[in-house]
Amino acid sequence: MALLEVDDLSVTFARRGQRAVHAVDGVSFSVDAGEVVGLVGESGCGKSVTSLAIMGLLPKQPGLRVGGKAVFDGTDLLQLDDRSRRDIRGRDIAMIFQDPLSSLNPVIPIGLQVTEVLTRHRGMKGAAAAKEAAALLDRVGIPDPKRRLKEYPHQLSGGMRQRALIAMAVACQPRLLIADEPTTALDVTIQAQILELLKELVRDSGTALLMITHDLGVVAGMCDTVNVLYGGRVVETARRRPLFRQPRHPYTVGLLGSVPRLDAGRGEKLNPIPGSVRDLLPWPDGCAFAPRCARRIDECVGEPPQLVHTHDGRSYRCVNPEPVPGTVPAPREEEQA
Amino acid sequence: MSDNDILVEVRDLKVHFPIKRGVLFDRVVGHVKAVDGVDLSIARGKTYGLVGESGCGKSTLGRALLQLTPPTAGEVSFDGVELTTLASGKLRNMRRRMQMIFQDPMSSLDPRQNVESILTEGLQTHGIGTDRTDRRRIIGETLDAVGLPRWALSRYPHEFSGGQRQRIGIARALVLGPELIVADEPVSALDVSIQAQVVNLLDELQDSLGLTYLVIAHDLAVVRHISDTVGVMYLGALVEEAPSDRLYTEPLHPYTRALMSAVPVPDPDVEDRRERILLAGDLPSPANPPSGCRFHTRCPWAQPTRCADERPVLRDIGVSRVACHWAEQIASGELRPHGVSAQIVRPEGEGDAPAVVSAPTEPGSYV
Repeated sequence: MALLEVDDLSVTFARRGQRAVHAVDGVSFSVDAGEVVGLVGESGCGKSVTSLAIMGLLPKQPGLRVGGKAVFDGTDLLQLDDRSRRDIRGRDIAMIFQDPLSSLNPVIPIGLQVTEVLTRHRGMKGAAAAKEAAALLDRVGIPDPKRRLKEYPHQLSGGMRQRALIAMAVACQPRLLIADEPTTALDVTIQAQILELLKELVRDSGTALLMITHDLGVVAGMCDTVNVLYGGRVVETARRRPLFRQPRHPYTVGLLGSVPRLDAGRGEKLNPIPGSVRDLLPWPDGCAFAPRCARRIDECVGEPPQLVHTHDGRSYRCVNPEPVPGTVPAPREEEQA
Repeated sequence: MSDNDILVEVRDLKVHFPIKRGVLFDRVVGHVKAVDGVDLSIARGKTYGLVGESGCGKSTLGRALLQLTPPTAGEVSFDGVELTTLASGKLRNMRRRMQMIFQDPMSSLDPRQNVESILTEGLQTHGIGTDRTDRRRIIGETLDAVGLPRWALSRYPHEFSGGQRQRIGIARALVLGPELIVADEPVSALDVSIQAQVVNLLDELQDSLGLTYLVIAHDLAVVRHISDTVGVMYLGALVEEAPSDRLYTEPLHPYTRALMSAVPVPDPDVEDRRERILLAGDLPSPANPPSGCRFHTRCPWAQPTRCADERPVLRDIGVSRVACHWAEQIASGELRPHGVSAQIVRPEGEGDAPAVVSAPTEPGSYV
């Protein structure tokens, strides 16, 4: 059984006098133990809201509705009360955020922030906790860790802050690590260091990693399975290689065609997706991508497209997918099933 | 290349920001050497790409080139006219010919001005167009060129999406009919699918209008895609300059190699095969740069004493210009990389570094 099974997760923000926003609409995916799973998409596709909903970190405001299930090791995280959720958070599931400066407390030394986790979940105190914290900082590659413990977040560079955040996340050897754009705020050489560190942690400790990113390059180098999100829905799920070699959903195709590649020649034209994410059909009548899609047919705008599972374990949500070269497109009726 | 083909020539450009300390009397206790001796020339109708990590001085260089930040020393000649010594009135006239596109279109466009007013302002300042209808005609043509509809004129910046806003920013620069456009991170605030639209637009405009670009970006893939020549900056100086294809196939400077190997490529086969050169530690502070070669503290190929003692100058190797003492030996494989231990680097103004960096004279000049 999968370690984390997200099933039909939906998040709606309703406000008085305004149309409700379906940030996440029926997202399902699973993460196996030791696996690296990617959630990829552009801004506003619902990838971060998905992770916050799983962790129970969405602000409790009137109008927020979370539906569906997120089963972690047999318990539905969405049904838990705050106390038992806090027991799981940090111990079994930990999270790394995009901006390390705003997710670290600026007025508390790094050491205290790391030992806080150790005290809460592992019952360590005093010198033992400090020693363990130094060992953790050392493990994530922070030089001279004993001195760093007494320092404040602003005294560290961006890369070091992100390392400190990772140290806090792995302090209890969680079984699932959720990384929300962990390298977006960093320079490329520092990004390479952090990605290497994450790979190492996954390899050595068997932690599963849910990687949320907009960068297809990062996905290509890290993830075992990739979920592509658009407009709050998973539009395509596949293993890493098949996805990049042969994307089926037009959005995935468009995304891959838009990225300038370092190994492509000068003057090769990019194939951008026309329009912008704001071009939405009145929800939920049809595919969210239809207004920008080059393969749009009449069936696209009628009703929301169903998830189609193929025999090789991939799935996509499209009624007129990119054909596989060398095969006859499957008849439409079969795809509707 | 004859002199006529060079539009912009930069010689030994330096921009140093004073670091001040003290309550009543500001004492200058040091300088942040944001740009420290850069030579480059941009050919007419071509694109020069400037890459580097944050804090390497690439934006400051772009602003100093346009005289938006006064250079400390050095010369900038634009089409044969020396800009650094030009009187302010004449400089203003020159500005029509060199325009800038900024990174974040939301903060670079006045939220209280509608698009027509944004576009007309420059025309009025420079006295382009005889009357209102003539100006409207020019603006209409510009809108067509950047792919915005006419109804955009009466709208305000917040009514547009990020990609469209960037098009407004491009139209604002374009409406004056400039020859040089300095684009500072033109696409980094945009989503990938929108990024490609803007990159293609810049390419098309260059083809149709014969524009010269200086594109400043941290994303090597974007820069490589649109540039003819790429310059790589590290701590205020160029470390390598090469035709963009060449830079990718044969990076000569160790920093360029590391940078190239760190950029993720959206292709699992390439990602699994490639060898990463991981740099240890962070970028040193530009207020207190390392002696000798600025890169020697993180360089896996650094050799004892010479790299730490002598600052390498840019020298020609084939079609590239490289600032490394050992470029040939590294390329031939004679020198092997070795391990480097990370050194702690303080963020700006912390620890041993001086405490206060003086306020920038123009808003955003530290961005």
